[in-house]
Amino acid sequence: MNTKLLAKMGYGLLLLALIVAPFAGAYPVFVMKLMCFALFAAAFNLLLGYTGLLSFGHAAFLGTAAYITGYSMKFWGLSPELGMLAGTLGGALLGLLFGWLAIRRQGIYFSMITLALAQMVFFVCLQVPYTGGEDGLQGVPRGKLFGLIDLADDLTMYYVVLAIVVAAFLLIVRTVHSPFGQVLKAIKENEPRAISLGYDTTRFKLLAFVLSAALTGLAGSLKTVVLGFATLSDAHWTTSGHVVLMTLMGGLGTLSGPIVGSAVVVLIENKIGELGTFLGRITGFEWFNTLGESVTIVTGLIFVVCVLAFRRGIMGEINAWLARRKA
Amino acid sequence: MEILGVSLPGLMSQLLLGLVNGSFYAILSLGLAVIFGLLNVINFAHGALFMLGAVSTWMAMNYFGINYWVMLLVSPLLVGLLGVLIERFLLRWIYRLDHLYGLLLTLGLSLLIEGLFRSVYGVSGLGYDTPELLEGATDLGFMMLPNYRAWVVLASVTVCLATWFVIEKTRLGAYLRAGTENPRLVEAFGVNVPVMITLTYAFGAGLAAFAGVLAAPVYQVTPLMGQNLIIVVFAVVVIGGMGSIMGAILTGLGLGVIEGLTKVFYPQASSTVVFVIMVIVLLIRPAGLFGKEK
Repeated sequence: MNTKLLAKMGYGLLLLALIVAPFAGAYPVFVMKLMCFALFAAAFNLLLGYTGLLSFGHAAFLGTAAYITGYSMKFWGLSPELGMLAGTLGGALLGLLFGWLAIRRQGIYFSMITLALAQMVFFVCLQVPYTGGEDGLQGVPRGKLFGLIDLADDLTMYYVVLAIVVAAFLLIVRTVHSPFGQVLKAIKENEPRAISLGYDTTRFKLLAFVLSAALTGLAGSLKTVVLGFATLSDAHWTTSGHVVLMTLMGGLGTLSGPIVGSAVVVLIENKIGELGTFLGRITGFEWFNTLGESVTIVTGLIFVVCVLAFRRGIMGEINAWLARRKA
Repeated sequence: MEILGVSLPGLMSQLLLGLVNGSFYAILSLGLAVIFGLLNVINFAHGALFMLGAVSTWMAMNYFGINYWVMLLVSPLLVGLLGVLIERFLLRWIYRLDHLYGLLLTLGLSLLIEGLFRSVYGVSGLGYDTPELLEGATDLGFMMLPNYRAWVVLASVTVCLATWFVIEKTRLGAYLRAGTENPRLVEAFGVNVPVMITLTYAFGAGLAAFAGVLAAPVYQVTPLMGQNLIIVVFAVVVIGGMGSIMGAILTGLGLGVIEGLTKVFYPQASSTVVFVIMVIVLLIRPAGLFGKEK
């Protein structure tokens, strides 16, 4: 069977599954959270997978946007669409600043600079009075979309989130396949060659960075509206590490990878406590019972295994397998 | 006596604390630079190795009654041995790949190590007493100099300078520098480069552990103590550039002092000042203070 057709069927089935999920017994808030992470990972992949830039500062965009949306909706009474717009813009502006600074250095330095800048944002978030410090912003009202649609109902909220995430995902697909996306790919494969062909690669990289930051901001804003709170953990560097893992696990530079990767990582983390209890029961080894509180052990282990043996990720492996079969 | 409204002893004690922090920055960024030079890997696990140095010192004291001075030697050796294992069994497989995989692998490793210790010791601090020999303070007339802090600075600077001497002035160091420039050529001359790489990583790991042992009585010993430190050290490395050993030492110490001064004059900014300096350096000298643009 034709791979393209297969992919289209896959996306169709996924969309269908997401549409009927609330009626099939899935907990809407959980699926919404999953979708926010999928968008986050897809936005990140635009940068790492398609431009070859490893940003270690994406938590800053997610966290800042979450705070802006939460603050403006709670204290200024902005409507959800304006709140999310403000958050997305905030993410984009911060991305512009980060990108402008970090693109001055190449390769590994780029990652270290983004990480350090994000850590600075984290400390700022911890100290400024607007964010609620360690407690975060609690009790953000969902409000009414365009003043008409009441989002307090989980089901209504669910379909709004689904529509936004699908739209954002289509934007990413469009970007990757556009001439702009092709230039990004060229930069990833061979930057000096792209320069010699006359492309101003710095500007392309910056634009990709801002786009990725803006979409990450959208994911953060959406998460705040859904959950009704914004916390420091969104801005912590481990969140940046998380999104790297989701993307790596799903498959760098594949469109479907981040969706699969984020779902797998979130599911593993949700189920790890149960697995620990189970292992503790059958082996009689007390320590396993604490596994639920020390998710990082498992996250770290997955990281090591992915880097050593599974670099193409889930979707990358599937694509390679399909290509081999065709040949 | 007062300077700009700050009492002199207060200022001096913050300066000294800044130097203590700066010593750790210097040792850690030195290790990162040496490892990066030969392995092309940015060792995210450096913070975890630092933590291992401190926690192993605490464990030795609490479980076996082994004192500080023994651990000052044993801990770096043990962690260096762990470094040999990490290099042999994990890092070796990824040298031919993009830089980013080295960063991600060592990040995974540090999450794994820190997670393991966290599951046993939690996140609250474990206290470690200052060794008897260095308890108390010396009166210098204008300030009381806590003996232990003075020792940390002295020991760190000595180790840093010794490392500088070995790398820049000895035959072994010449091999190392040549290996950084062109490993294949050095191998052709009959130097066993793979062993050199393993030992370099082990040495960097040992240095981190040495800093960890020194830190045990000054900081709270916790499984996560290396996490935030490593990010500051990354900023230090960006500021100094990784091309020069002496550059790494000076940048580390200098930034520690600046951080200490910030604590006195504008405490709110003390956690961000290193990052702000990084931004300024990036604007003025993107290659870093001691770096060479490739």
